[in-house]
Amino acid sequence: MAFYQAASWQKPALITFGIALLAMPAVLTSFDQAFYIGFATRVLIFALAASSLNLVLGFGGMVSLGHAAFLGAGAYAAAICQQAGINEALIAFPAAMAAAGLLALLVGAISLRTRGVYFIMITLAFAQMAYYLFVSARAWGGDDGLPLNGRMQFAGIPMSDDQTLYFVAFSAFTAAMLLFGRLADARFGRTLQAIRENETRMAALGYPVFRYRLLAFVLGGAFAGLAGALLANLTGLASPNLLQWTQSGTLLVMVIIGGVGYLYGGVVGAVVLLLLEESLVGVTEHWHIILGLLLLAIVLFAPKGVAALFRKRHG
Amino acid sequence: MTQLILEQALNGLQFGLMLFLLAAGLTLVFGIMDCINLAHGSLYMVGAYFVAAAAQAADSFWIGLGAGVAGAAVLGLLLELSLFRQLYQRDHLSQVLATFALILIANEAVRMIWGPAPLMLNPPEALSGPVELPLFGDTFFYPAYRLVIIAFGLGVGGLLYLLVARSRVGMWVRAGAANREMTEALGINVRALFTAVFVFGAALCALAGGLLGPLLAVQVGMGESILILAFVVIIIGGIGSIRGALVGALIVGTVDTLGRALLPTLLRAALPADAASTLGPALASILIYLLMAAILFFKPQGLFPARA
Repeated sequence: MAFYQAASWQKPALITFGIALLAMPAVLTSFDQAFYIGFATRVLIFALAASSLNLVLGFGGMVSLGHAAFLGAGAYAAAICQQAGINEALIAFPAAMAAAGLLALLVGAISLRTRGVYFIMITLAFAQMAYYLFVSARAWGGDDGLPLNGRMQFAGIPMSDDQTLYFVAFSAFTAAMLLFGRLADARFGRTLQAIRENETRMAALGYPVFRYRLLAFVLGGAFAGLAGALLANLTGLASPNLLQWTQSGTLLVMVIIGGVGYLYGGVVGAVVLLLLEESLVGVTEHWHIILGLLLLAIVLFAPKGVAALFRKRHG
Repeated sequence: MTQLILEQALNGLQFGLMLFLLAAGLTLVFGIMDCINLAHGSLYMVGAYFVAAAAQAADSFWIGLGAGVAGAAVLGLLLELSLFRQLYQRDHLSQVLATFALILIANEAVRMIWGPAPLMLNPPEALSGPVELPLFGDTFFYPAYRLVIIAFGLGVGGLLYLLVARSRVGMWVRAGAANREMTEALGINVRALFTAVFVFGAALCALAGGLLGPLLAVQVGMGESILILAFVVIIIGGIGSIRGALVGALIVGTVDTLGRALLPTLLRAALPADAASTLGPALASILIYLLMAAILFFKPQGLFPARA
């Protein structure tokens, strides 16, 4: 896999894209389609979650099948903050990131001793443990999850309005993407990608391979936690379903169909998958079959992901 | 208490043997072909549906079991020839994506054909009652059907062991798991061998699904939960090792069953009731994952690494 490099057309395209996203709520409202603002928020949140996995998977080369644990940890952390009387997102969201990051530190410190398939399975095992812990924690609602008592406020502004939550999610998403893009081009990102390509060589050159990997894993976990906190605000519930292994699988699928290791792979994947879901649900009750067949087609005909179809590879 | 422990130990043995049937196919597909098959659980589900449908149509459990296993083998053959053959050479991520797609397709197809309600699968009439077993001069009742499952599991497990460890085909399979290129260079048709192993794995899935059908519900989604357990088994045992799969399956089966049955009681003796009632079920559910993490921590390749 080649090193990440921003294409020359990327900047103008992104600025256009960003302006379109900023104008979206106003446009949707003027066409009487305000219902879709909630959907757009969901897409942004999952784009953030998938991108955080892409940092781990695409840039770090670590196939984690337990990323949903961090999403869920963030959601629960936000709900628990509210239960404790903290209704300010500026405090609760960083707390959610810290909680998810801490969990990622614990999981990563143990899992990163293993390689390949064993790493996939041990991350899955930890996610399952987290899932069962939350399911049986009666103080936090057990099976039913922990409901939020209305949405939180952001810097004093209540997020109960769909547009406000959309803009908060948009800001979080933009900030994360700018950071990921910066990291990918910086020393840290270059080293991380070099470790992905040839671990032994980097170790021989004296790089602390384990620490670089762990840092990427923790960063990915923390931003998944942010996505989880946003998601809890959107749906009004921190549910154990968020931690199910199929959720980890869905995030993985998003990154793979978007394009592993492309900065915007996670974003493209989240948009494609959620749009497909949303449009297929209306067509037939059995939309899972069509989605499954489409995914199979992507594996067989676009093995590098959708993002790669539009992008020349850089050496 | 002795009765409870004995009964749960037998249940654990029975569950472990069924897990072994699933894990055996999975570990071979994984070990030899280096292919992550998340849809292995779907083969188990579809197999159970085949058995249940055939048993209803023929009004006989045993005919249904035979027909269902044969049907699953045919399905496995079709899948291998049409899809999996193309996946072996691809990276793990493509395999995860493709087999994840298969799970979606299988679940929805089953829902379309048989509806969302679970199917009923009754054990054979003659085996529906309990049998008396001697226990230190006392007697002890255990369901006859569960005993038959244990016998089946031991029989198939023994046969599988002979096949893999003592036969020529088994030797090729083990050689393929240890070093694929070398095996091919020695003139073994690895492609045909792969197909055979995959079909065999599918048949074992259906056998486990059919046998467990009367005990657990035959329903959509039954494959996913057991798939994770099967993966835990082969990771503990070491990928590609049949012996590892057997040991891992028995460990997971007994630890999971005994943990669920005994842990809450044990904790209640040691902790205040409130803490015990919260911690008990949680600890029982995560026990096998803790075990797996611990084993991987000390033996990152599993208990019986195939590529030692």
